[in-house]
Amino acid sequence: MKYLILIFSFLVLVSCKEKKEDKLTLNENEQIEVYDFEELESFLSTQGDATYVINFWATWCKPCIQELPYFEGLQEEFGDQVKVILVSLDFPNNMESQLKPFVIKNNIKSQVILLDDPHENDWIPKVDSTWSGAIPATLIVNRSKRAFYEKSFSQESLNNEIENFIKI
Amino acid sequence: MKNKHYFLLLMGIALTTIFSVFAFTGVDTGISKIILSYSIGDKAEDFKLKNVDGKWVSLADFENSKGFIVVFTCNSCPVSVANEDRIIALDKKYKELGFPVIAINPNNPKISQEDSFEHMQKRAADKGFTFPYLFDDGQKVYPKYGASKTPHVYVLQKENNDLIVKYIGSIDDSARDANSVSTKYVENAVDALIKGQQVEMTSTRAIGCSIKK
Repeated sequence: MKYLILIFSFLVLVSCKEKKEDKLTLNENEQIEVYDFEELESFLSTQGDATYVINFWATWCKPCIQELPYFEGLQEEFGDQVKVILVSLDFPNNMESQLKPFVIKNNIKSQVILLDDPHENDWIPKVDSTWSGAIPATLIVNRSKRAFYEKSFSQESLNNEIENFIKI
Repeated sequence: MKNKHYFLLLMGIALTTIFSVFAFTGVDTGISKIILSYSIGDKAEDFKLKNVDGKWVSLADFENSKGFIVVFTCNSCPVSVANEDRIIALDKKYKELGFPVIAINPNNPKISQEDSFEHMQKRAADKGFTFPYLFDDGQKVYPKYGASKTPHVYVLQKENNDLIVKYIGSIDDSARDANSVSTKYVENAVDALIKGQQVEMTSTRAIGCSIKK
């Protein structure tokens, strides 16, 4: 019995240790949640104080990659008033080969979500009725204002848009 | 009195010019975005664009066709690449039935070098495109259609001497993954037109690459 308890506690210890190690290898800001549209939808509106900037992008989209640093810079510029969510439209089977390495290599600090939902014709109009599906595209929303942009931003034009939201 | 007339005429010309420039380029005027683009039921204009074989192609060249499957697509966009086999299959099936595929690359090769005419020629040869792959040199055709991305499909049907827009959107309901297609929008649209029926789903959306201007 004594031995059994010993073996059991050893096993518990080992499994705890393994769990800890797992957490160490995956940096918190490199976690990528995989959502379908229903799960994503709660992020597209807010009752809180912050302004949400939801950018639809992909590692295969060159203009998206070009403007990514501007979105990454928003936290520094505006602090907690702004929350950035980068919704990746990478091919779901490229999560490990493309998206994860990109996020790690570029040290992406904003929250990254992989939207894995093939029913594009259903969910694209729910993001915005004017969206044709082209990326880059960005939704800026707070509790009193909402705007959708099917276009690329410069640092200046993005910051200007955010300022309009924060003033209210 | 005469001066007043001249003034009004000049103002008229100036305003029309400004408006048409904005409308044509889809410039954000700050009030609302004016985009000149085709809707279902509109007459589509013909064009004359250079094919990868060096010949110039117009829709009027296809005297016996009943219509067209016009696909704005390119080399550089992974969504376009993921649809290439489906575009070839569409052409193989519907060319014989009177609706050939006409592919047009709308991208500016100065911004997207992979989409140059030479790269188009190579891509068409490598993939064995069975349809014209035209270069929208100067980007004059895609804004008239209102294409915003690649791939972006327009199904046209001949009615008397006009080409009428019957469907705008994506090839099917799974643009990025050919294995999980459940509804083939373009096939359904063209099948309906061949049978003389109304197209049920006239416009659809899918993720694609913005056109490189």
